[in-house]
Amino acid sequence: MTMPSPKDEHRATTGHEWDGITEYDTPMPSWWLYVFYATIVWSIGYWVVYPAWPSLSGYTKGLLGYSSRAELVESRAAADQARAGWLDRIRKLEPQAIAADAELRTLALIGGKAAFGENCAACHGAGGQGGKGYPVLADDAWLWGGKLDDIWTTLRYGVRSGHDKARLSEMPKFGTDGLLKPDQIADVGEYVLSLGKDAKVDDKAAARGKAVYAEQCAVCHGDDGRGKAEVGAPNLAAGIWLYGGDRGTVLQQIRAPRHGVMPAWEGRLDDATVKMLSVYVHALGGGQ
Amino acid sequence: MNVHHQPPVLDDPTDLPPLFADRRKVYPQRVGGQFRRLKWAALIGLLGIYYVTPWLRWDRGPGAPDQAVLIDMPGRRGYFFFIEIWPQEVYYLAGALILGAVALFLATTLAGRVWCGFTCPQTVWTDLFMWVERLVEGDRNQRMRRDAGPLGFDKAWRKAAKHASWLVIALLTGGAWIMYFTDAPGFVRDIVRLEVDPVVLGFIGLFTATTYTLAGWAREQVCVYMCPWPRFQAAMFDEQTRLVAYDERRGEPRGKAGSLTRAEDPLSAFAGRGHCIDCGLCVRACPTGIDIRDGNQLACIGCALCVDACDGVMQKIGLPPKLIGFKSIAGDARPNLFRPRVLVYLALLLLVGGTMLVGLMTRRDVDVAVLADRAPLFVTLSDGFIQDGYTLKIANKRRAARDYALGVEGLTRPRVNAIGGETLTIEPDGQASFRVYVKVPRAALKSERTPFRFVLTERGSGKVVTHDAVFLGPAG
Repeated sequence: MTMPSPKDEHRATTGHEWDGITEYDTPMPSWWLYVFYATIVWSIGYWVVYPAWPSLSGYTKGLLGYSSRAELVESRAAADQARAGWLDRIRKLEPQAIAADAELRTLALIGGKAAFGENCAACHGAGGQGGKGYPVLADDAWLWGGKLDDIWTTLRYGVRSGHDKARLSEMPKFGTDGLLKPDQIADVGEYVLSLGKDAKVDDKAAARGKAVYAEQCAVCHGDDGRGKAEVGAPNLAAGIWLYGGDRGTVLQQIRAPRHGVMPAWEGRLDDATVKMLSVYVHALGGGQ
Repeated sequence: MNVHHQPPVLDDPTDLPPLFADRRKVYPQRVGGQFRRLKWAALIGLLGIYYVTPWLRWDRGPGAPDQAVLIDMPGRRGYFFFIEIWPQEVYYLAGALILGAVALFLATTLAGRVWCGFTCPQTVWTDLFMWVERLVEGDRNQRMRRDAGPLGFDKAWRKAAKHASWLVIALLTGGAWIMYFTDAPGFVRDIVRLEVDPVVLGFIGLFTATTYTLAGWAREQVCVYMCPWPRFQAAMFDEQTRLVAYDERRGEPRGKAGSLTRAEDPLSAFAGRGHCIDCGLCVRACPTGIDIRDGNQLACIGCALCVDACDGVMQKIGLPPKLIGFKSIAGDARPNLFRPRVLVYLALLLLVGGTMLVGLMTRRDVDVAVLADRAPLFVTLSDGFIQDGYTLKIANKRRAARDYALGVEGLTRPRVNAIGGETLTIEPDGQASFRVYVKVPRAALKSERTPFRFVLTERGSGKVVTHDAVFLGPAG
């Protein structure tokens, strides 16, 4: 088998000539051509059995009645079916019992991770690393409690979400409502900073602020500043701050506190997913 | 479909060379001799290994398959007698393939294409199919006559019987292949009960079809057109390599023997002319249809059937044998085994084989992998500790459950806890992931990165497995 020499003068050309340049006529191999014809025949069959041609009001449906949407619905139903047994077991148990069962815990951690990525990570960050105004879920500072059941309750009803059972708390606007004078706010701010132990504080101002604190703040944040999860009052002595631990932010939070909102997930997500999320969040590193 | 335009059309375009050469059907003639016997022995031995291997049993204890050679795809394990590999150890397979390749190079350097001629599955199955063909349709001349003749009852039933037998052999081949991937007795039981999975049926069909096509129809075309090996095997040849070759100096000038075949003293009768009597038996015996007297060529698979053919003829006319034989360019002296390329291939064989052996002997039956959390890298806790999260993946390659106590080494005042409890339990022949948190007082951290080690102590035996990790903390 020899290939024709490119310089073969006896070979046929296409007949076209461009500035003296001609092109050899190299016909396609016949088997290639037959395959091409076969694809044309195939495409006609395809139009008949599959959706193909658009019309003004829709499209030809095809004999098989195939649609990719129906296929998706089918495969989702199949996936649900496959998971049903596991999810039933999770629905019947409380998060505490789920976390105690090695098999279910593994499942809940995987399912919870997926649900967290879709629903929670936008605010709380991947892995629960949090952000300004959005609590870190991987540490041990919890506004509303870090036990499994606390987390489950917070997840189900949300925080200031409008749900009947939502976690609700409101810190008074000590500055804008005129409850404290500006120098009192400065003093109590100094005292709060001294609780965190990290910042350099004016000891005299802090000592004056201590009295204001005992009168105005200790009810919720506790005598030692360690907070009360029952009322959603943050721990002021841990050096972990939701909005920031610098003097300006702390003072601003006393004058006109910001209040975050978290939606209630009951009703938005199914029961099993909320339970898996609870187990997952509890296992992020700070569960109590 | 050739469309031609004016001018210049100087030649008939149908003179273009065809894209594919037509296949000239090869009708190999039956010959006997030492190499034919060797080929029968190889065929019986290799087919025996192929069909018997899946039935060998090997006790691995409860819960494990007892098939000696098994590739368990759904279970993701490979079993070969005492060796059991996991998917992540597939480099053992790569090592085995390298060993096979180097052994092939070595054999080729010593004796040419012995692999092709005697042991390649394509050769073995084609040989088997040719044997069936000869049984049903007769030898070369009968087959050629019948193929040329009209289709009658005799031709029809013989062709039908041949193809039916081929298909049965192909089906048995394809069926046996499945047994390497599933429990052989269970598979046979499923077949008897007609409960075979459609996917399995599909694979049996595939292997049946390829066996039938490749050994029945394609035959030497596989060696000449499809197989890459003939294209570069000549790179392993040197002057000392013994190849199937024709002794041109002794054979030429060839010529018909005529009355010389009845000579009293053949050697002197043949003096002055070549010993080749141009009987053509070497060509007729060749399964790829070539003439070995044209010299070493790509289509020669080194099966040595022409050697048998010629030796028989030489014996009949009283001339010495081996006019065609395994010959080297360097001459017929005993080949030098200690040539550099032989030594290099041997050294490679020993090196790869030794490495694999050491690898298998020291293979640990527990694997630990540590993944450090990247979001967040670390968190500060309310008591001033810094906490890092890790995922520990532990693979337990033993057929018994394992309990590990978790600890760390190389950190100051660390606290370690795992989600799910103190003890890490891994099922027999299984793997598990554990969320692990390590806490260190901030004051105890000297830098952003502190290397340390996870220490897993097996409860009971007290055996220790460690894995390096890094503790990340705040700067300064």
